Amino acid sequence: MSHGTAAAPHVHQAPTGFWKKYIFSLDHKVIGIQYWLLALTAVFVGMGLSLYMRLRLAWPSGEFPFFGGAQMTPEMYLALVTMHGTIMVFFVLTTAPQGGFGNYFLPIQIGAADMAFPVLNMLSFWVTFVAFVVMILAFFVEGGAPIGSWVAYPPLSAVGAIAGPGQGMGMNMWIISIGIFCLGALLGALNFIATTLDMRARGMSMMRMPMTCWVWFVTAVLGLLAFGVLLAAGILLLLDRTAGTSFFVPGGLVISEQLIDHKGGSPILWQHLFWFFGHPEVYIAILPGMGATSQILAVFSRKPVYGYRAMVMAMCGIGLLGFLVWGHHMFISGMSPYTAMVFSVLTLSIGVPSAIKTFNWIGTMWGGQIRFTAPMLYAIGFVSLFISGGLSGIFLGQPSLDLYLHDTYFVVGHFHLVMGVAAIFGMFAGTQYWFPKMFGKMMNETMSKIHFWVTFLGVYAIFMPMHYMGIVGHPRRYADTSGVDFLAPLQDMHVFISYAAMITIGAQLLFLFNIIWSMMKGPKASDNPWEATTLEWSIPSPPPFDNFGGRVPVVYRGPYEYSRPGEAKDFVMQDEPMK
Amino acid sequence: MPPSMVDEFAHGNGDRLPPGTARRVYHTGMWLALIAISMFFIAFTSAYIVRSGLGDDWQALSLPPLLWLNTLILLASSYTLDATRRALLGGQREACNRWLMATVILGAGFLFGQYRVWQDLAAAGIFLITNPSSSFFYLLTASHALHLLGGLAALGYISIEALRFRLGPAKRTLVEVTAIYWHFMDGLWIYIMLLLWLWR
Amino acid sequence: MALLLALAITGITLASMYYFMPSSGYWLPPFISEYGAAYDKHFMLTLVITGVIFFLAQIALAYTVFRYRGQGGKAQYILGNPKLEIVWTVAAGVIFVSLVFAGQNIWVRAHIEAAPADAIKIEMWGQQFVWYARYSGPDGQFGRTVPELMKESIGNPLGIDPEDPAGKDDLVMPVMAVPVNKPVEVILRSKDVIHNFSVRELRIKQDAVPGLENRLHFTASQIGNYEIPCMEICGLGHYQMRSFLQVKSEADYNQWLIDSAIQ
Repeated sequence: MSHGTAAAPHVHQAPTGFWKKYIFSLDHKVIGIQYWLLALTAVFVGMGLSLYMRLRLAWPSGEFPFFGGAQMTPEMYLALVTMHGTIMVFFVLTTAPQGGFGNYFLPIQIGAADMAFPVLNMLSFWVTFVAFVVMILAFFVEGGAPIGSWVAYPPLSAVGAIAGPGQGMGMNMWIISIGIFCLGALLGALNFIATTLDMRARGMSMMRMPMTCWVWFVTAVLGLLAFGVLLAAGILLLLDRTAGTSFFVPGGLVISEQLIDHKGGSPILWQHLFWFFGHPEVYIAILPGMGATSQILAVFSRKPVYGYRAMVMAMCGIGLLGFLVWGHHMFISGMSPYTAMVFSVLTLSIGVPSAIKTFNWIGTMWGGQIRFTAPMLYAIGFVSLFISGGLSGIFLGQPSLDLYLHDTYFVVGHFHLVMGVAAIFGMFAGTQYWFPKMFGKMMNETMSKIHFWVTFLGVYAIFMPMHYMGIVGHPRRYADTSGVDFLAPLQDMHVFISYAAMITIGAQLLFLFNIIWSMMKGPKASDNPWEATTLEWSIPSPPPFDNFGGRVPVVYRGPYEYSRPGEAKDFVMQDEPMK
Repeated sequence: MPPSMVDEFAHGNGDRLPPGTARRVYHTGMWLALIAISMFFIAFTSAYIVRSGLGDDWQALSLPPLLWLNTLILLASSYTLDATRRALLGGQREACNRWLMATVILGAGFLFGQYRVWQDLAAAGIFLITNPSSSFFYLLTASHALHLLGGLAALGYISIEALRFRLGPAKRTLVEVTAIYWHFMDGLWIYIMLLLWLWR
Repeated sequence: MALLLALAITGITLASMYYFMPSSGYWLPPFISEYGAAYDKHFMLTLVITGVIFFLAQIALAYTVFRYRGQGGKAQYILGNPKLEIVWTVAAGVIFVSLVFAGQNIWVRAHIEAAPADAIKIEMWGQQFVWYARYSGPDGQFGRTVPELMKESIGNPLGIDPEDPAGKDDLVMPVMAVPVNKPVEVILRSKDVIHNFSVRELRIKQDAVPGLENRLHFTASQIGNYEIPCMEICGLGHYQMRSFLQVKSEADYNQWLIDSAIQ
């Protein structure tokens, strides 16, 4: 194969010391793996918390290990709710697909030797790491972790421990952790955008970038615009709590017969600031999964991505609309009913780019020669889950229907399927797809397939029934069903979901084992085991320190030259010159 | 930060990039940082506007006159920094250093002036929690001061390089990018002043 | 593998749809308010439309996966079909947006139209973790509330000012009773954190936000006892914060007011 090569500068030498090589590394590949490992740790913590939530929901009076043989209190349950949501949203969904895979593969896919700002890159990882440590420490301070859920609505989150255990020091830790996380996310976003704009190899025009690069770029833009707002909101909240200002706390609050010394603030203001960040955050979580899916569907259908231009526009459209719909989280908060109607039309408009994407994913497979490798299975699973989870949004985006469904399990089922599980399937797919490149070993196919099947069926068994519970009217964030009569008949379904969750969580241990086993004993991966066309497959597995081994890649083609008529093979690499 | 890291931070990874790219990414990166900073202050602004329209506890804060002097000092520092940049490009090392020192002194002077404004307000019994308007005053001015402190740190680094005679046209990217940041902080300050002055 | 995957997707689709039907037993309770009929109709319309899209999309996925499983040939080289994509996009946009407009009337009636002038006004107060309903009494005026006086321990949980004559006949109850077929306006207030007032059978829901007075109005058409669970996380007792909406005949309602006032 004759790769296009421009004049080669000298080869950049890798650092040799342990600390510079593995810990405070400036190499985007090491940083990518660090992010990926952080997210892997976080996802098992977050999943462990959800396991305990499920145990309590199914068997409220049960006694479980690690709780001193006592029953789990309702405040402990709510602490789990808060921490599960926070850890999953920030340290898994935001961290793995962007910080992990994006860091590792964005520079390689655009033909760069590294990110634009290697030092910032290292800083953003370590800042994120510190944020994670602070978040975990919230469990161990007096009063434990906060109980106000990941949305942290004031006044519950703003008046201190009097509002409940965990709302004291635990809540402070939570805000500080989120603030630190915002800084790391902003540094990362800046780096991603600059890298995409300025570091592309010769010939790599924007419209020749793989879909994955596009989503990392759009996600970074969302992050750059959203995290500053969350940081600002967090500072205001922290000042309300510690300095005694009244940004979010109204006057005349009485808790436990004590008058709270604040006046005139607006709890709704927090909701606006939070959701202005929070809704784009949903797309920060799901867009990278969409990109990985688009990529993988094309590779294993042996076909170009269907409607590449429309896909790019849909991504940008979702990104733009993502900033205009935050109010749909607040239909019943007391905001203006007219505003709600505007938000609702904009929200349902987001269905349009989502519909384009679904249509084009099926279009990508249509007429293909599908290879059912493990990454492909997860990508197909992603499409199915995205359809299922996305459509229930049509209910929730309408204020009329939200009048009944708001804050029920219907919402829990909806967002877990679409931004939780679908996004995680994107990560599974990404892990399976890039593992050979990252570690130079193939993952075990049998274990992967068992894991896929149990997880795919398992997540449907967990989250579909939540929609039915929501239609009955089951409120979210209830520690058990004892307090409300109409919930009693739903207890059996809680037990069913908990069993499904236990099996599904068990399967994740297999995934973890597969990763460790494959790293050590997996068969050696070739440079291009999937016969894919993008630049990361033109270099050794794992890649050398400077990615292209002193070569400067030149790109001659689009990213999806599969089964092109007149070519001998059914794929042509991006850096293969035109004949 | 160990020196080697500062080095890499300041010079970029120029040896791994095609010529001109390092210079371009630093400009792009700075503009992106300014977008992020803008969002941060836009969030405060929207909170300010919403909060000022709520409740009956909002008492307009009369701006201490010293602020206008500070504003002039900051504007002057932007001028001197631009003179620094021009002198650097023209290879006039001495003029460059002189303008640079003037900028550092003016920048520090602004921060000191802000500190005096806070002291005066505190002496008059106006603190962070006295009134929502004073909360926002301290919040906006302190956030701005913190950002400006970052700019001052960069200027300090440049000064050290300049005094060691290591500042030449080759390092103009660093000076240019810092200048963009500094001018932006200048504009941001004008914006904050107008907000506090006009929207009371 | 292709067949298995296609069957699994089809099976999940059919099973999911089966339980989404009213006959599964997982359904909304019968409605008792003027919004109910329109709500249930629009809910059903949305369910049918999303159900059809859900079915078609999942089956298309299953079919594609099975039909185009690799059999050793060469894949077709298709870059896209702009015409088809535009048709699909416009169709999706039209369906989704018209759905919003079709259902908007419920929202308008519940939130934009004001309550009838003769509606009975009831304040519903949330606090960690109980509800208090306040009736204005014969004078039709709510007394002033003073945060400093809000003490359950002395029997004045809402801090009604004894100096204010309008508050003398105010009635504070742990449940909300309303007469059947009479318009009611609920004024939602909170003493501490955000709570949420919701009655499934009324098909309405609204946050009780401290510092705000959010309003709702409804006319209950069925005598009975309905639960009011708190629907916004408010602290550790959130799951047990519940009151009742008691819809009574007019005579029973008046008697209830008299009996309660005596106590």
